[in-house]
Amino acid sequence: MSADALIDIRDVTKTYGAGETAVHALRGVSLRVDAGDYVAVMGSSGSGKSTLMNILGCLDVPTRGEYWLDGNNVAQLSEDQQALVRGRKIGFVFQSFNLIPRTTALANVELPLTYAHLRRAERRRRATHALELVGLADRTDHRPNQLSGGQQQRVAIARALATEPRILLADEPTGNLDAQSTDEVLGMFDELNAEGRTIVVITHETEVAARARRLVRVADGRIVADEVTR
Amino acid sequence: MTPRDLLGAALRGLSANKLRSLLTVLGVSIGVGAVIVLVAVGNGSGKAVQSRLEAMGTNLLTVSTSGGGGGFARGQAGPSAQQYALTLADVAALSDKNLAPDVASVAPVMTTSGTATNGDTSYTINQVIGTTPAYLPATNTPVGSGQAFTQQDVDAAARVIVLGQTTASELFGRAQAAVGQTVKLGAVDFEVRGVLASKDSTGFNDPNATAIVPISTLRATQAGYGALSQIVVQAAGKDRVDLAQAEVTQLLTARHQVPADQTSPFRITNSAQILQTSQDTAATFTALLATVAAISLVVGGIGVTNIMLVTVTERTREIGIRKALGARRRTILGQFLIEATLLSLIGGAAGVGAALIVTRFQLAGVEPVLVPSSIGLALGVSAAVGLFFGSMPAHRAAGLRPIDALRHE
Ligand SMILES: Nc1ncnc2c1ncn2[C@@H]1O[C@H](COP(=O)(O)OP(=O)(O)OP(=O)(O)O)[C@@H](O)[C@H]1O
Ligand SMILES: [Mg+2]
Repeated sequence: MSADALIDIRDVTKTYGAGETAVHALRGVSLRVDAGDYVAVMGSSGSGKSTLMNILGCLDVPTRGEYWLDGNNVAQLSEDQQALVRGRKIGFVFQSFNLIPRTTALANVELPLTYAHLRRAERRRRATHALELVGLADRTDHRPNQLSGGQQQRVAIARALATEPRILLADEPTGNLDAQSTDEVLGMFDELNAEGRTIVVITHETEVAARARRLVRVADGRIVADEVTR
Repeated sequence: MTPRDLLGAALRGLSANKLRSLLTVLGVSIGVGAVIVLVAVGNGSGKAVQSRLEAMGTNLLTVSTSGGGGGFARGQAGPSAQQYALTLADVAALSDKNLAPDVASVAPVMTTSGTATNGDTSYTINQVIGTTPAYLPATNTPVGSGQAFTQQDVDAAARVIVLGQTTASELFGRAQAAVGQTVKLGAVDFEVRGVLASKDSTGFNDPNATAIVPISTLRATQAGYGALSQIVVQAAGKDRVDLAQAEVTQLLTARHQVPADQTSPFRITNSAQILQTSQDTAATFTALLATVAAISLVVGGIGVTNIMLVTVTERTREIGIRKALGARRRTILGQFLIEATLLSLIGGAAGVGAALIVTRFQLAGVEPVLVPSSIGLALGVSAAVGLFFGSMPAHRAAGLRPIDALRHE
């Protein structure tokens, strides 16, 4: 691993609540991910995977420890700069899709492009292209409630890809998908990684983890194993 | 995000819940409309009172002896009533430019009532006024058809008469037909010189049920040589009414030798004062109406706040998603503020539109008169209400950490 890793978290802890009822979701995690890496994170339920992913995505802040992203200490970025990082560098695929209701697939995918101040025509072009990539060119005007679970997940992936982020963070992206859809999504991840994008994916499924180059195992808020698999 | 994108997002947000947005808009529009309409009604009633009083004659002083013209002054014995009776000599003194420089014209008034007949038709005139030609301009009583009588008619005690509209039409069918005809008042024949223009009522009596004759003729044929009922004095200008009043008081006090320790036996009503009093009353009335309207505007504003609170709470998760996708604090803030302001402005515009229509009609007997500044004020306040009340929930939403917003149930 080089000294200037893309993702570098150092001895990060995350505690929810305080005193008797405090929950220690992360108990000192250090992890470095180089640009272009493909990492799978596995662990039992409640082990702290989502907590870790939220911190990596700048959606949450660690209780203790540092997070360096692309050479910047995230804690020292202003609120607006963090928004900029979320919008430009990171694409997030949520476990529960998190599409905006009552809004078409196309508008959902255009949203991060809007926040990145792209012009209208360019937004339209890129969003349409991203939806084509996930095979939903014929569903652009459908609202989330008019799409199947797998289709919604693919819209979410298209949305994460639209800004062409350097890092793709995916929290159980195939948890709601059948074998066929899972295969399609994984194929997409392979292509993205081949383009040089960094991917961190949380999963319970060994077949998903098998596609990654590196497997990190989390248990009870700690990293218990970290091995290169391919 | 361009302004157009922000506007689009706000419109989508509002149209996502059409009925709720509509009801909120309705609340604001009622508030705004109420402000404009009620202020217009207050203003209109003030204007109506003013124009009625102006019809009575401006710069007008009406002098009478307390206790009624020519009768016994209150608490006074006969001789002092005689002492304070208004006479034609008083009129002559008041007309003297050296003694009363701020008086423009003076007219004596003697009134009686009588029955006028034209052949078989007869009509009882409540007010037969004996006066001089100066009376008509001073009391703002123009002649509609024919002519007024002249000073020569007064000097000669000519038997000429000018009829009010009602009197003329009662006697001759058509008011214009009266000119040149003859009417009998009591036992005396009068030639009709003219008919007065129609006057709006200022009280319970019909101001058109009158007849005016030269004062000399009235004294000779109807009323005898008693005291004058009134003296009508027109001041030389709007700002000289008070001066004229002082001169009149002083002159009459001196002429009738009123003791210094006695309250003045002369009653002088000042049309400018009455006008001022009624304008003050109208202003109070308008302020009262505006207050009621302002309350409804505030209630509308609370409606906007309530809806924004509900909307923001309901859409907290959406806010979390937007933040996760790179939305900045001020973008979120902007979206919700624009939504709130749009609600208020659409409501405001609807309110103005409704008010413009409603104020075309008479309301409670009042012709509303729009106050342009009330439109601007109501619109401005409604936009400010939207911004102010909308900003509270919007700030709360925009300040959330993405993960907290996303976890919101
Ligand atoms: N907002 C919170 N408040 C309190 N405790 C929390 C909160 N979020 C997570 N936790 C706790 O932190 C621990 C780790 O949660 P996390 O969501 O990271 O688990 P996970 O590994 O993603 O599990 P899963 O595989 O089921 O998604 C859990 O014990 C959970 O109860
Ligand atoms: Mg999880």
